[in-house]
Amino acid sequence: MNKIENLEHLKKIKEENLKLIFPKKTRILVGMASCGLASGAGEVFQVLAEEIKRRNLDITLVQSGCAGFCEKEPLVDIMKPGWPRISYCEMNSKKIRKIIELLLKGKVEKDWILAKAEEEELLLEGTRRPYPLNGIPEELEEILPYKYHPFYEKQLKIAMRNCGFIDPENIDEYIARGGYSTLYKVLIQCDPDQVIEEITKSGLRGRGGGGFPTGRKWHYCRNAPGDIRYVVCNADEGDPGAYMDRSVLEGDPHSVLEGMIIGAYAIGSNEGYIYIRAEYPLAVQTLRKAIKQAEDYGFLGKNIFNSGFDFSIQINRGGGAFVCGESTALMASIEGKVGEPRAKHIHTVESGLWEKPTNLNNVETWANVPLIIAKGADWYSKIGTRDSKGTKIFSLVGKIENTGLVEVPMGITLREIIYDIGGGVPGRKKFKAVQTGGPSGGCIPEELIDLPVDFEELSRVGSMMGSGGMIVMDEDTCMVDIAKYFLSFLQDESCGKCTSCREGIKRMLQILTRITQGKGREGDIELLEELSQVVAETSLCALGQTAPNPVLSTLRYFRDEYEAHIKDKKCPAKVCKDLITYFIDEEACRGCLVCKKLCPQEAITGERKEPHRINQDKCIKCGICLENCKFDVIKVE
Amino acid sequence: MDLEVIDKIADRYKRKESALIGILQDIQAQYNYLPKEALLHIRERLSIPLTHILGVATFYNIFTLKPRGRHLINVCMGTACHVKGVVRILEKIERELGIKTGETTADLRFSLEPIRCLGCCSLAPVVKIDGDIYGKVKQEKVSRILKKYE
Amino acid sequence: MIKLTIDNREVEAREGATILEAARKVGIEIPTLCYHQALTAYGACRVCTVEIIRKEWSRLSTACTYPVQKGIEVKTNSEKVKRARKMILEMLLARCPNVKKIKDLARDMGIEKPRFELDNEECILCGLCVRVCEEIVGVSAIAFFNRGTEREVNTPYEINSDVCLGCGACAVVCPTEAIKAEDIKEIRKIPLWHTELKKRKCRLCGEFFAPEVEIDFLKKKDARLGEEIFETCPSCRKKELGNKILYTNSRRRKYV
Repeated sequence: MNKIENLEHLKKIKEENLKLIFPKKTRILVGMASCGLASGAGEVFQVLAEEIKRRNLDITLVQSGCAGFCEKEPLVDIMKPGWPRISYCEMNSKKIRKIIELLLKGKVEKDWILAKAEEEELLLEGTRRPYPLNGIPEELEEILPYKYHPFYEKQLKIAMRNCGFIDPENIDEYIARGGYSTLYKVLIQCDPDQVIEEITKSGLRGRGGGGFPTGRKWHYCRNAPGDIRYVVCNADEGDPGAYMDRSVLEGDPHSVLEGMIIGAYAIGSNEGYIYIRAEYPLAVQTLRKAIKQAEDYGFLGKNIFNSGFDFSIQINRGGGAFVCGESTALMASIEGKVGEPRAKHIHTVESGLWEKPTNLNNVETWANVPLIIAKGADWYSKIGTRDSKGTKIFSLVGKIENTGLVEVPMGITLREIIYDIGGGVPGRKKFKAVQTGGPSGGCIPEELIDLPVDFEELSRVGSMMGSGGMIVMDEDTCMVDIAKYFLSFLQDESCGKCTSCREGIKRMLQILTRITQGKGREGDIELLEELSQVVAETSLCALGQTAPNPVLSTLRYFRDEYEAHIKDKKCPAKVCKDLITYFIDEEACRGCLVCKKLCPQEAITGERKEPHRINQDKCIKCGICLENCKFDVIKVE
Repeated sequence: MDLEVIDKIADRYKRKESALIGILQDIQAQYNYLPKEALLHIRERLSIPLTHILGVATFYNIFTLKPRGRHLINVCMGTACHVKGVVRILEKIERELGIKTGETTADLRFSLEPIRCLGCCSLAPVVKIDGDIYGKVKQEKVSRILKKYE
Repeated sequence: MIKLTIDNREVEAREGATILEAARKVGIEIPTLCYHQALTAYGACRVCTVEIIRKEWSRLSTACTYPVQKGIEVKTNSEKVKRARKMILEMLLARCPNVKKIKDLARDMGIEKPRFELDNEECILCGLCVRVCEEIVGVSAIAFFNRGTEREVNTPYEINSDVCLGCGACAVVCPTEAIKAEDIKEIRKIPLWHTELKKRKCRLCGEFFAPEVEIDFLKKKDARLGEEIFETCPSCRKKELGNKILYTNSRRRKYV
């Protein structure tokens, strides 16, 4: 590869590769991010590759990232000249063979198609590129276009603009979608202060948790005394239930790299680090390739675009410690030390990595940067609410029909996300709460379903934005159990340095545990509140300071559930094992033997076609009988 | 133990103290755990106290000082998996193997460890064995899944 | 110099000083457990929590790590501070119900019996021993291992450390007497670290005075120290020094 030193060269590559992503021959994309692979995309890809080879077909087969709709994976996109782009969902090897068969005959299997796209929006340039249509199969007429599909209709993809559409391992495809042209503009036409000004004006706030204004952070770091500065990307996505950063890294790594290079130029840094979870091997691998390709083109290294600006990026893999999402712990970890936070009376923008001014932003924040600079602060700040600009990616998971990653403008209501996009709670169950903000966040109850989602509103109701996890809970979720779950997570993940966090979380968890065991005492709720306050006020770092939030928010909205556990020794959601018993409705039992065979304890007795019965002394409440009863006769009290 | 392997790993990171976590990850990838002999050798190569190395090795989840089983079962403890009942799956695996979370079977066939979130929430509850991810796992499927691994 | 208020008193402190240093200089006592003036401040025990007020804004922070700032108002004993410190000590007492120092501090705050399940630890994980071993002694024979509730101070692999000098500095700084250094004839023992080291005999009096490895370590560290330092016990050295002075003085009397 030759280094790209000027705009003409970049444009030439862009034009050449636009033909690659809007080709004159059929192009098939398989969504092969971690989630896709886990659903069997690898096998689908394999079959496609074999079929193409065996039949000697002139088809380009591409591995792409995740388009967000994880529930429907594996997803396969077919771009056949003359047709709109069509997305097949829930593919497997058998289905994909049939689809190839049909494709060769110019036909489709409409029941397996998720949506179609008659045009593509090139957001960065503000243009639309329609697919020239001719001779499309009749069945395609009825297929819903992406822009009217309920899952996508309300979404606006900025950070995820390329995910699922390009080959993340091919830098040329990123360039074809306008990639690295913003970097050129910045390095050749802007001075650093202009860049910071633009980011500040855009209103972009950190997408990793606290929501600190990005432009202000860059400004502080640029103006901190010292010669050496570092730029760091936090890819240690730690909140359980949030995986948008992984998806962006696996689907569009160059958007993050370009953002970082722009940021480094603005801040005056020549050295960058990406701190990434070791649990994300595919993302690490994709990033490594991306960095290599960016270096080969000269976007990383010395004298980028002949501007005189040098910048390099190194990857550091984390070791599996949630606390390393905290800035000082993360920096200690990059230095090869134990990830123990330190008191932040002097902020990391002044004294961070190796005691040098360090600017830390997370993956999603960096991925937004190129687009903001390209389209301008005015464009960006029109999206969102007064104090929360732009879009946010949420991972919509848990008891929800359409699981997946959704990128929506700030200010959209929870109802729109959960019902319009997410399709509501499955199985005719009742929606109970949505948990946001990870272990530092809280549970938002049903009565607040019309809450507009932004940084302020989420904090106001006792939760927080965090990194964007949104875990939907239905009537079968016990809120005391959820509080216990988060505290037990935090107990494992606390570094243990300071008394307040280490001992405080341990004691709160002990109290919650006894409540779920039916051993709760009068005064336990008050003691939890008292502990919460001190832990929040006196812990050394944000992990401890926010640790009581899951307890406080569930107490705020579901206090009666705590009381039921303590006073009545009952778990209303029928989750806490010590407070429930399983029994069989003998009138309705058909005696099919299924539960009897499955019971690991041989606790179920009864002959074929005779009512069965559970021996309570033997029952360990594993629930396997309930999960497998076809006649719904297993009851829980 | 072939100490040259350890030397090569240390050299790859230019024997920098700041690369300790990466070095330990590579050693563990090689041996499946962090053998004492290897750590003593790293102490010499990097000229750092053994306490620093072990402090790091015992702080981060991914490291283990004891040999793991031939197959590593990671049960995802993410929130989505939790609300979808992963605890029951975990308990089922514990019963099936006769070990508790964090332990290794006596025949060194399996190690059972929880993992924070794998980010495959759409497939909750998720269990990962070695490189394979199993989604929407049900209790009654557990023993069949485990049988695949010898 | 930086001017601030501590407990309604105008105080001046040098830039970079901590609130704890500024307060102690004027005789305002703030309780601490993990602090030692010779070691890097750590902020782990949280007992020195104070209230910091700047304009409308008030928050709790640890006096041992918070640098003095112009115009701030510090309260070391406000209701907010007392409530927090009381809970911190209640938690520490539940961890170490049999440690005298903790019992005393807790009693000062009015706690006799914690409302939590009792453990029976002696160590509060203040890390003074770890810091003194690293920063002053310079050997790092002990460190923190594991994390969260599993966190502990230990030697590598929980066996006697091959770099421990048996100097006993860890025992000296330990606020809870969890670490004990003892001498049994020619052996220096620190049972918690499984340390058992042979001591050197004094050339003059024949008493065992310091672990061999410690002496060798000091020798290597500073070759300028006179050889007798490594062969004689402190009391004999004192005596010798006394004799020298006497001798010189008597010589003076004789000849001058």
